[in-house]
Amino acid sequence: MSVKGKTAIAGLGITKQGKVYDSNHIGFAVEAVRLALADAGLTRDDLDGVLLNPGLSWADQGMGSFQLQQAMGLRNLRLSATMNAGGATACAMIQQAAEAIDAGLCSAVACIFSDAPLKPPKPKGEGTGSGGSAGAYGFARGLDAAYGQFGVNAMYAMVAQRHMHLYGTTNDHLGAIAVAERQWANKNPAAQFYDTPMTIEDYRRSRWVVEPFHLFDCCLVSNGGLAVIVTSSERARDLKRPPVYIWGMGQGHPGGDPSETLTSGAVLAKQSAFKMAGITLADIDVVELYDCYTFTVLVCLEDYGFCKKGEGGPFVADGKIAPGGSLPLNTGGGQLSSFYMWGMTPVSEGVIQMRGDGDARQVPNARIALVSGNGGILSTHSTLILSKDP
Amino acid sequence: MTDYKKPIPAITPDMQPFFDAAKRHELVVQRCAQCGTHRFPAREICSNCLSRAAEWVRVSGEGEIFSYNVMHQVYHPGFAGEVPYAVVVVKLKEGVKMLSNLLGVPPHDVKIGMLVRVVFEDITDAVTLPKFVARQS
Repeated sequence: MSVKGKTAIAGLGITKQGKVYDSNHIGFAVEAVRLALADAGLTRDDLDGVLLNPGLSWADQGMGSFQLQQAMGLRNLRLSATMNAGGATACAMIQQAAEAIDAGLCSAVACIFSDAPLKPPKPKGEGTGSGGSAGAYGFARGLDAAYGQFGVNAMYAMVAQRHMHLYGTTNDHLGAIAVAERQWANKNPAAQFYDTPMTIEDYRRSRWVVEPFHLFDCCLVSNGGLAVIVTSSERARDLKRPPVYIWGMGQGHPGGDPSETLTSGAVLAKQSAFKMAGITLADIDVVELYDCYTFTVLVCLEDYGFCKKGEGGPFVADGKIAPGGSLPLNTGGGQLSSFYMWGMTPVSEGVIQMRGDGDARQVPNARIALVSGNGGILSTHSTLILSKDP
Repeated sequence: MTDYKKPIPAITPDMQPFFDAAKRHELVVQRCAQCGTHRFPAREICSNCLSRAAEWVRVSGEGEIFSYNVMHQVYHPGFAGEVPYAVVVVKLKEGVKMLSNLLGVPPHDVKIGMLVRVVFEDITDAVTLPKFVARQS
């Protein structure tokens, strides 16, 4: 028996995003759930499941979903778990919630991401931390650091360099993605870069972080929280907002070395999700792809089959993913230009588009959305197909 | 050697044979004693056949640039005077990949596919780092 259309997203809660310093990771999570419940017209007592994707600020604190339960006084839950498959977690949590609801194990599940990695700017006079005490560089004890390799940007850059070498992908190709997403963000008042336009020249002039990545190839870092409420479609129809039906779900975790394959788990995840939804690529009206980097979008466009492997660069170069183009993609500005709530950023924009709440950025007549999540270095992947229709 | 400012890697027990060999200016990697798959850095279990039996074996030290990046941000003060600098992934003839630096080649002259061979940089009395230089054939 297919789960297609049996469950729906009934509530969406997005806290203030970005350089927001008046709360912490738990505070943002509680606020996101409160907003999502209010959006759905539900109360705390209606909630019987909590799935949490902990951001970096939750590090080493353990049992995050229980902490969240206690922090907001939730009683008698029938589902509780902290999940982490990186950027693939958001769609995976919604999958878990939908399956549990379909199986009759629970009735209303909050799926949450929150994080607060940004700290307020230090007052003048305090050190910037570049003094170089041994304690401050405790992370630099591995062999990678000895060669000057630091951070995820540097690892992803190695994979992007391979794609450029093998397929002739250029920085202007990556820049076309950054510019298109910025144009979408300029139509989204909730985006951190709402007021800041960007041209391809701006992209080219932006500083290198680690070649081949300019600053604008890399996602934002945001404080905030984001939650959705998943419930049965039958129940969702009685709630405040139009249900966003979950048509298809899938995961794909290929393993091995993505720098060899230059391929994400989208190839696998797509199979499950499209089969369940009973759709093909041609049925999709709006695409919300996980975009930790411009490069991730390019690879996933290939892996979902919008173009052939290696042709992602020329595919995006003509502007078809920008506002007014034939393939509306990351219509809220994505994680590059709106806010970075890991996989919850694309999920939230998929919900907004399916509800028709996109205002200036609403894709006309959009009925089916493809949403993806991607974690690690093209390592973990999840897919959701959302629809306006039951 | 004493004024070496870059991060000095901790010699963990599992990587001791690697650092011991580097000290002798030899490059070694682990090889599964059951299926013969090379691996680096050290791991307890072979991901190919799940055997725990492994030995450290000397490798050719020759390979090619598989990929690289050019770092522009200073994450550690020891690299402040070097940005932009390249970090390379070398694919050894034995098939195993290794992160390193390519000496004598400006960062923007690094190319995927360049042929390289290992050299050794003694950075402290205890630690020697394998690095690479371009080779002709």
